Amino acid sequence: MTARSAIEHLSGALARTGGPARLHELPFPSQVELRLDDEDADSFGPRVGQFLSCDIPAAARATGGGDPYVLWLGPGWYLIVDRPGRAPGLLSGLHGALGGDCGGTCGSAVDVSAARTVLELTGPAVRAVLNHGCALDLHPRAFKPGDCAQTLLAQAQVILHQTAPHDYRLFVRTSYADYLARWLLDAMSEYQAAFS
Amino acid sequence: MTGSLRTARGGSRIDRSRRVTFTFDGVPYEAHPGDTLASALLAHGVRVVARGPYSGRPRGVYSCGAEEPNAFVQVESGPGEPMVRATRLEVHEGLRAVPLAGRGRLAGRPDTSRYDRTYAHCDVLVVGGGRSGVAAARAAAEAGARVILADDQPRPAAEIGPFRELTVLRRTTVTGYYDHDLLTAVERRTDHLAGAPAHMARQRLWHIRAGRTVLATGALERPVLFPGNDRPGIMLAHAAAAYIERYGVLPGRRAVVFSTHEEPELPGVEIVRRIRAGETVTGTEAGDDGVLTAVLVGGERVPCDLLAVSGGWNPNLHLYGQAGGRTRWSAEHGGFVPDGGARGDLSVVGRARGVPGAFTEPPPPQDSARIYVDFQRDATLADVWRATGAGLTSGEHVKRFTTIGTAADQGRTSAVITARLLGEESVTTQRPPVEPITFALLAGRDRGALLAPVRRTPMHTWHEEHGALFENVGDWKRPWYYPRPGESMEDAVLRECRAAREDAAALDASTLGKIDVQGPDAGEFLDRFYTGRFSTLRTGRCRYGVMCGTDGMIFDDGVVARLGSDHFHLTTTTGNAGAVLDRIEEWLQTEWPGLRVRCTSVTDQWATVALVGPRSRDLLGTLADLPARFPFMGVHTGRVAGLPARVFRISYSGEPAYEINVPSWHGLTLWEAVVNAGATPYGTETMHVLRAEKGYIVVGQETDGTVTPADAGLSWTLAADGDWIGRRSLRRPDTARPGRKRLVGLRPLDDVVLTEGAQLVDAPGATAMRGHVTSAYRGTVGSFALGLLAGGATRTGERVYAVTADRTVPVEVTDPVFYDKEGSRRDG
Repeated sequence: MTARSAIEHLSGALARTGGPARLHELPFPSQVELRLDDEDADSFGPRVGQFLSCDIPAAARATGGGDPYVLWLGPGWYLIVDRPGRAPGLLSGLHGALGGDCGGTCGSAVDVSAARTVLELTGPAVRAVLNHGCALDLHPRAFKPGDCAQTLLAQAQVILHQTAPHDYRLFVRTSYADYLARWLLDAMSEYQAAFS
Repeated sequence: MTGSLRTARGGSRIDRSRRVTFTFDGVPYEAHPGDTLASALLAHGVRVVARGPYSGRPRGVYSCGAEEPNAFVQVESGPGEPMVRATRLEVHEGLRAVPLAGRGRLAGRPDTSRYDRTYAHCDVLVVGGGRSGVAAARAAAEAGARVILADDQPRPAAEIGPFRELTVLRRTTVTGYYDHDLLTAVERRTDHLAGAPAHMARQRLWHIRAGRTVLATGALERPVLFPGNDRPGIMLAHAAAAYIERYGVLPGRRAVVFSTHEEPELPGVEIVRRIRAGETVTGTEAGDDGVLTAVLVGGERVPCDLLAVSGGWNPNLHLYGQAGGRTRWSAEHGGFVPDGGARGDLSVVGRARGVPGAFTEPPPPQDSARIYVDFQRDATLADVWRATGAGLTSGEHVKRFTTIGTAADQGRTSAVITARLLGEESVTTQRPPVEPITFALLAGRDRGALLAPVRRTPMHTWHEEHGALFENVGDWKRPWYYPRPGESMEDAVLRECRAAREDAAALDASTLGKIDVQGPDAGEFLDRFYTGRFSTLRTGRCRYGVMCGTDGMIFDDGVVARLGSDHFHLTTTTGNAGAVLDRIEEWLQTEWPGLRVRCTSVTDQWATVALVGPRSRDLLGTLADLPARFPFMGVHTGRVAGLPARVFRISYSGEPAYEINVPSWHGLTLWEAVVNAGATPYGTETMHVLRAEKGYIVVGQETDGTVTPADAGLSWTLAADGDWIGRRSLRRPDTARPGRKRLVGLRPLDDVVLTEGAQLVDAPGATAMRGHVTSAYRGTVGSFALGLLAGGATRTGERVYAVTADRTVPVEVTDPVFYDKEGSRRDG
């Protein structure tokens, strides 16, 4: 019962990227979407943070250095990302933190591990690659490691998370992953040619 | 030899140590790298480079920049391009170009060049790389600002020296100013190279969001009007000087200069006559080739091969005007200068503010059909007077009457003259783009395989490998049917139908929209959002639900499953998944903020296989331990083929059926397990046949935004109480009116498949349309159809006619359920 990536048929092309812009997939992460009612965020946010051992992020930010980490998706709306196989534990822990142990929950926690895959882009040219399809200002003065945003890359909705000066993660719906990976490979071709 | 008119030395832009060969109009020539096509042709004494589009008059190079009204050529080498300014086309090895008369031709072959787009943000955008632009960019960069300098020349006037946050875009024309300081620019990246690498985008479209914009766009020289002013050999005076300075090319040997202000140096050219203040050119003479041979000043005939004209300088303010900036006539500058009003943080510097200096208005030209105002439109001064004579006073009206200023050069030389003739305070509106942009560039990467996103299910590669044909549903590709060798579509669909009705068959239903709903008020929320009651649904059970708009018309439908007391799983139609979730969020945020319920899209989380047919239970039994009691409309959470699964016992076919959901990364494994266990794969066409035989509607096919649940035969879904969305509208008299179009079955009396969309009439030849065919198939019950018909079921048994342009088919009105009316099969 091996899980299969939505873009396993592109694995060869991804493996050939390198140098100034490298693209590879981080498949099968555990992902949970967390929604908190506004009035409960103050009281339950800290409980959630305690369970996750990292704070609930401020707007447009990510928290947690390793596993798990939390991305802000919108007001009261977060994505918790962890190593593969951890979703059941996250769900039950969050259920408790949201008051499930007291008979009712505020907000929701949903396993969306298989809803998106994660593409990692690394290298000095990747900011330029992203700007071929993303209208956000990704200059270091405007978008820094630890920042995240829901945006469009080409014609696909993505969550964009910068992890280091030249490292970005893109969370894309699995049904759009083939399109987005092909688009990225095309956008990277000019930079790749200089590399190879 | 790179031309008999090439000077011995000089030429700041050319590399005299190298040569390239190009052809113009089939004749090969040599030039130096750095030459434009215009400078290279002038060097060889080629004076006629185009013809007037309507007059056919020979025309020559008139300027040396973007203002060129004459020298548009067709490029035939490389990808080919119509209407390229020879004054900017950089000559390279192998260039082939031909002259044009006003209009270019699209290349007959596809353009395989790459094009791309990029988004950029900066604190300061400087448009123009002349001395003012360079100074502005340098000052901003020194202050630490993020600066972009865009210049349409091969290089700016001076080096700006390395700054970390400075980007210099060469060969880049800023083509438009839009709201909120968004500017677009076209960067020409490979046209000047012979044999550019294939991976390199030929052009790049920049979307630049600028904190401040500095327009250093300079000034353009204005022509002077006189009879015969369009002959080859007549040229703007500073353009003539520029050809000498930049390219080492003499635009002529014996020149007459007609300048109303400062006169440029023309080293190497003999000035044989100057037109003094108070004088004017009264005519020109030409040889058989149409090229200037003499200038007439009153009774005086001056032989020459160059007439350099200058009517002063006018600021180049296209972008300023696009930003809403106004201009005024300034006698001090002899031009239309900026006068405020521009939106955004926009400043104008350098010669774009106007060029002060001694300026004398040229003598008013006499009415003449031989005075050309717009060379590219072949419009004359007589045309202008004809317009004003017809009562037109506004410059905008005269522009439309005469077409002056409407050509590809946007009237850079002609509109200014016309505005002055009419006494206007500004030139006519110059809309974006300031230069033509190719469609290929606008498309960028969005062409071919990347034209639009293709959403793929986890089983997509299997479908491809097994010969499926695909149907587009929204962004999704869904398997349509799986023809075997030699099968027609009808053969394949009927085979798939029989498998579903008699054996076991499997559909990839992963594209269904899926929404996870949680919260203590989830049941209450669903009671309001659907027409039916869901708070009473027992955990572990499903119910079909219909959503209406506030108008009471069907918006979407699907199945609601209760997974726990506060936890539901909804399905939506494939094409409507996003719209349903958007509507849920809208109502929760704006109408019912007090409801404690949260919704999450899980469409991509779950892959879904519909396993259908009388043998489906046995087959599923080989893959999973099903509970002993698993009733119709039940939900089971467990393992299928060893995979964690949610199984819904629901049927869209009338047969016993299961919708098996597993995390999407297991979708292909599940699909292979189900097919290997003996299920026949079927596609959307068979799905439609099966559902239509049972009279099940498809939202968007049987409905069109004017169909109520009762019209679609779904009154049974309506809750008697509660204030669900649309209920109030369904109390309107019109939605209960007898004679509304309602869902019926249709049986063709001839053995043909009806055309979906065919109108239903009462008699052959009748024109009163009583309804239309919404779905038509040949299925296991033969040819049949569903339709909407005024009167609905009251007309059962009657004959109506389905009409299309080429046939009229008699049909019998029937019940919409064609198969297993008792509903006995679904329970096995």
